Amino acid sequence: MGWDKILSSRSKWMEGTGPAADIVLTSRIRLARNLDGRPFPHLMSPEQGTQVISEVTEALKRLPPGELGTFKVYNLSEMLPLQRMALVEKHLASPEHAKGDGQKALGLREDEAVSVMINEEDHIRLQCLYPGLQLDETWELATRLDDWLEKKLTYAFDEKKGYLTACPTNVGTGLRASVMMHLPALTMTDQAKRLFTAMSKLGLVVRGIYGEGTEAIGNLFQVSNQITLGQSEGEILNNLKSVARQIIEQERNAREMLLTGTRVELEDRVWRSYGILANARRISSEEAMRRLSDVRLGIDTGMIGDVSSRVLNELLVLTRPGYLQLLVGRKLNSAERDQKRAELIRERLKPSKR
Amino acid sequence: MICPECGKRPATVHVTKIVNNQRTEMHLCQQCAQEKGELDFMIEPKFSIQDLLTGMLGYEGGWEPTRVGPEPNRCKLCGLSYREFARTGRLGCGECYRQFGNRLEPLLRRIHGSTYHSGKVPKRAGGTARLKREIEKLRAELQQHVDREEFEQAARLRDRIRKLEVQLNG
Repeated sequence: MGWDKILSSRSKWMEGTGPAADIVLTSRIRLARNLDGRPFPHLMSPEQGTQVISEVTEALKRLPPGELGTFKVYNLSEMLPLQRMALVEKHLASPEHAKGDGQKALGLREDEAVSVMINEEDHIRLQCLYPGLQLDETWELATRLDDWLEKKLTYAFDEKKGYLTACPTNVGTGLRASVMMHLPALTMTDQAKRLFTAMSKLGLVVRGIYGEGTEAIGNLFQVSNQITLGQSEGEILNNLKSVARQIIEQERNAREMLLTGTRVELEDRVWRSYGILANARRISSEEAMRRLSDVRLGIDTGMIGDVSSRVLNELLVLTRPGYLQLLVGRKLNSAERDQKRAELIRERLKPSKR
Repeated sequence: MICPECGKRPATVHVTKIVNNQRTEMHLCQQCAQEKGELDFMIEPKFSIQDLLTGMLGYEGGWEPTRVGPEPNRCKLCGLSYREFARTGRLGCGECYRQFGNRLEPLLRRIHGSTYHSGKVPKRAGGTARLKREIEKLRAELQQHVDREEFEQAARLRDRIRKLEVQLNG
């Protein structure tokens, strides 16, 4: 079923390129859409669920060739739990979707910059994921795909309420725009919390790296819009962009401050973490994320010159429990995982592999 | 205090999470905390958007919805009752939004601060909304030209608006 290819390929977002790549890992656009005249996924019969999958699959297959890429659709119930977990770790499916119960499917573009969750909370969750701060480009891609899908599918839409969604928190534009940021300096200087409190007043929300209900790990934060009704897509994007730019500015200032004020302490922290990652024989997921954050800061501030952020982005995914076990090809207990994780990180940080 | 996860070891790890200004606390033993740290996203989040929503809707056990206005208590298309919506925070289908109509307005206003969509309109399913949106946009432009006393441009816009209005009503 082509699963091996998903496992080995590198998603577009992992490239580690794009504007403000020293702070922004990814820009994400998610559009929630439903088909008209039938129940939302949580009330569908199995037959209706299968019907939605086949209609959306058909629409994806009929996208203009070349221009918008080609899609493969995977049935989640045919995947192993570990494979589904790995999809979440690659940010291609939500934790909710990866439970894999009922009639759920996932459409994936070859470069993994686009994924279409079918029968998640809504019939369609179209997601576009680009590296760096590229909200406009990501939106452009998403809205074009959305236009093409709409030629074949009749959306549930209301003049006053906009795109109709299962949860009233998504109704209207159905748009969730997010920017994933690495904010080690703001966290170290205790400014992050204050910043996040201020953001909630602007209709923005900060989440962990796997979305709703997940915690922030490795100093990675996902900032997204909360309001979907009453603001246009342009307003939502501009609002998020301007806040993201301010956070980037503040993170850069905080890094500068740490570099001038406490350079040796910072260098010591970065190189200690590097030393541990490059030599440890066992490392937990939590420690790996923390150390990788330090090393990323080292790369982005020019302390470490010969490791690329692409390698770090790959490690971010490879060292997660699901992916790790999938690589080995069997279930591992916690001690075995820690050992395999350490081995993988050592391997990747070897001078020849950088 | 004993760890509620395994019920065996003492809880030595104390986790405080703040999401959207909502605070939750967890007390776990070392081992369970480690396990949870790794598998955190595979388990049900401690509270979800749905929980917050049903809180807003004031559903608590025996709470009965009061009928306001002419809206039915059950959606004609999918059969979801307003009560079920209040319990789960999820609507059953697109039709629910029309069926429960005015009863959803206060909730939408609390979540979004608005009850009126001003964004993208789909080409096919959008109906007349696309035309209306276009006319609104042109009217705003027209006003700007009038304010700047650019009457030629204003007249051109007025003609375009008239044409669109004919299209809308015909």
